[in-house]
Amino acid sequence: MKARFFYFLAAFLFGAGLELSQMTDPQKVQGFLNLTRSWDPSLIFVMIGAILVNSIVYYTWIKKKETPLFSPKFLIPTSKDITPKLIIGSILFGIGWGIAGFCPGPALSGLFRGQSEVFIVVASMLSGMLIYNVIFERILEKS
Amino acid sequence: MTIVNFTPLPALLGGILIGLASTILLVGVGRIFGISGIIGGLFNFDKGDRLWRIIILVGLLVGAFFMHLLANTPDKISALPSSYLIIGGLLMGFGTRLGSGCTSGHGVCGLSRFSIRSIIATVSFMAAGVVTVYFLNI
Repeated sequence: MKARFFYFLAAFLFGAGLELSQMTDPQKVQGFLNLTRSWDPSLIFVMIGAILVNSIVYYTWIKKKETPLFSPKFLIPTSKDITPKLIIGSILFGIGWGIAGFCPGPALSGLFRGQSEVFIVVASMLSGMLIYNVIFERILEKS
Repeated sequence: MTIVNFTPLPALLGGILIGLASTILLVGVGRIFGISGIIGGLFNFDKGDRLWRIIILVGLLVGAFFMHLLANTPDKISALPSSYLIIGGLLMGFGTRLGSGCTSGHGVCGLSRFSIRSIIATVSFMAAGVVTVYFLNI
């Protein structure tokens, strides 16, 4: 039960942060990516704020702990392999990010607006994820 | 290049909230706040692993709505035509699963731990996004 509260609290703060920073607005995102013409650097400040908090707590506290508070172990990725999957996937994501102006978090948190455009981008995103899971992952498993 | 529409204070404060959120998830239950992985995992056909993912989804929406009321953020956002949203959405969904993360998992959580994979991923998707916006003239 306590774990469920933590999931909710973390997601609540995350959604609030995305909304406050206006990263839910595709114009802010595409303004950031429009580096070569008229640039909106706001997204850099979002990342600085988030990374500062995360890094300070991670290096001063979490790294020294054996287990999280309400779960048996930390599930932190440890791989250092730079694979074609990682790079090709990230490039495809970046292209989609540029075209639509949404990344997964702001697309989902923006659903509360009940706006058809947000539903379209979320439905397309979930379809892309499903395509990956159903088709691509099975092909990779077989090969 | 000119600087436009820059909103440093809400961006920084929003970022701090996002940092607190991902720190709480890591300290509390030991998980990385990677949204594409959390939501994409709903398609893993493992029913026992679904509830927490749905709690996260609900929390994101409730938190965003709460901040919308508190900070009086816009009621409507202006998005591009549906063709852009569909193609962009498909690429974003597929790409984040193939690349094991998005702006939250790689860009925020991974960079905070100086993960080499996340640094490579973040540079790749940001560069791809800048090039895409340049050529589409968005």
